[in-house]
Amino acid sequence: MTAVEEIRSIAGAIPDPEMPALTIADLGILRDVRVDASGHVDVDITPTYSGCPALDTIREDVERCVRDQGFTDVTVRIVLSPAWTTEWMSEAGRVKLRAYGIAPPRQHGFDLTPLTIAVQCPRCDSTRTHELTHFGSTQCQAVRQCDACGETFPHFKEH
Amino acid sequence: MVAGAAAVYALRLADDCLVLSHRLAQWSSRAPTLEDDVALTNIALDLLGQARGLYARTAELDGTGRSEDDYAFMRGEREFINCLLVEQENGDFAATIVRQLLCSTFQLAQWQALTTSTDGPVSAVAAKAAKETSYHRDHATDWTLRLGDGTDESHRRMESALAAMWPFTAELFESDAVAREAGALGVGPDPATLRPEWEGYIRRVLGDATLVMPESTWTPSGGREGLHTECFGYMLAEMQHLHRSFPGVTW
Repeated sequence: MTAVEEIRSIAGAIPDPEMPALTIADLGILRDVRVDASGHVDVDITPTYSGCPALDTIREDVERCVRDQGFTDVTVRIVLSPAWTTEWMSEAGRVKLRAYGIAPPRQHGFDLTPLTIAVQCPRCDSTRTHELTHFGSTQCQAVRQCDACGETFPHFKEH
Repeated sequence: MVAGAAAVYALRLADDCLVLSHRLAQWSSRAPTLEDDVALTNIALDLLGQARGLYARTAELDGTGRSEDDYAFMRGEREFINCLLVEQENGDFAATIVRQLLCSTFQLAQWQALTTSTDGPVSAVAAKAAKETSYHRDHATDWTLRLGDGTDESHRRMESALAAMWPFTAELFESDAVAREAGALGVGPDPATLRPEWEGYIRRVLGDATLVMPESTWTPSGGREGLHTECFGYMLAEMQHLHRSFPGVTW
């Protein structure tokens, strides 16, 4: 395993502070790892939303984990461009999200305005669900209700 | 040529975001429903994140190397160059919704134009902010329709909120040497160019909400020069007192 691969696997395994069932690699927050000739490590992370309060914690976690692994010369940078979208979330991330009780974001270049593809209830799998409020417990989640089982559930909204 | 036009331009954008963010945060635990408490504070958080990115960029452009906190907490009232609309008091829920409709429609048009800014960091902030702000505008639009075309009481409150906020919209589109220079450099749009799009959207939503678009008569301005309305000083005092009382305090 090269140093880059090793760091990528350590940093990528760090859980998201707000959705600990998912790692930052699952979410697509870990963007790049570079090691130069002198052994200096650069790690790029990107926020889901501009004001994501978890980002500072993630930055500290990444720095600590990489140091603990023996790479003491490390800089964690926050990069905004290209902007994160839910397309960056891995397939494994979507599966974990659903198991955690959060409906994953819908895929495939979908348009933000007309909601054409149904959101599935993570509890009973019904596709008959409706949005209660667009703004949920974190910036990246909306709250929906299932018309079949009646449960309310968070939905990781497309972005 | 205006010296440092790009820095002043970025600071204006940042101050608009921060001040509006703080106003919305004042709704925390006081909104009419839990859902809207969460919505307004989520929007505030988006705006705060946008402001942080822009303050970081301003510090590079103006060469002072100030921190985000220096801009937010260590400047006096006259040094803030936000527009007057964002600082207006929350009032009742209708007043906040009207202010949100007018502001988010303006900001969305501005972010969209800024995605092609020649200033890389500003265009990166804009690309994220445009997506976030389209949700803010949806939220304000939904409530405008519901309240405007709602009960007699909600309609009356929306009318009076619109009358109170409207005069402050003229300043959004004011052009000056900084704005023209920024436009010429490709840093960002001269705000005057955003008016047709803004007006078209606002006219349509107000019409659908059975509200009448007011006529501009009194058009106060001065925010971009640091001259603010009375309520702003009180807001700043509240926002800054902890940081100024305990310099260097961290959470």
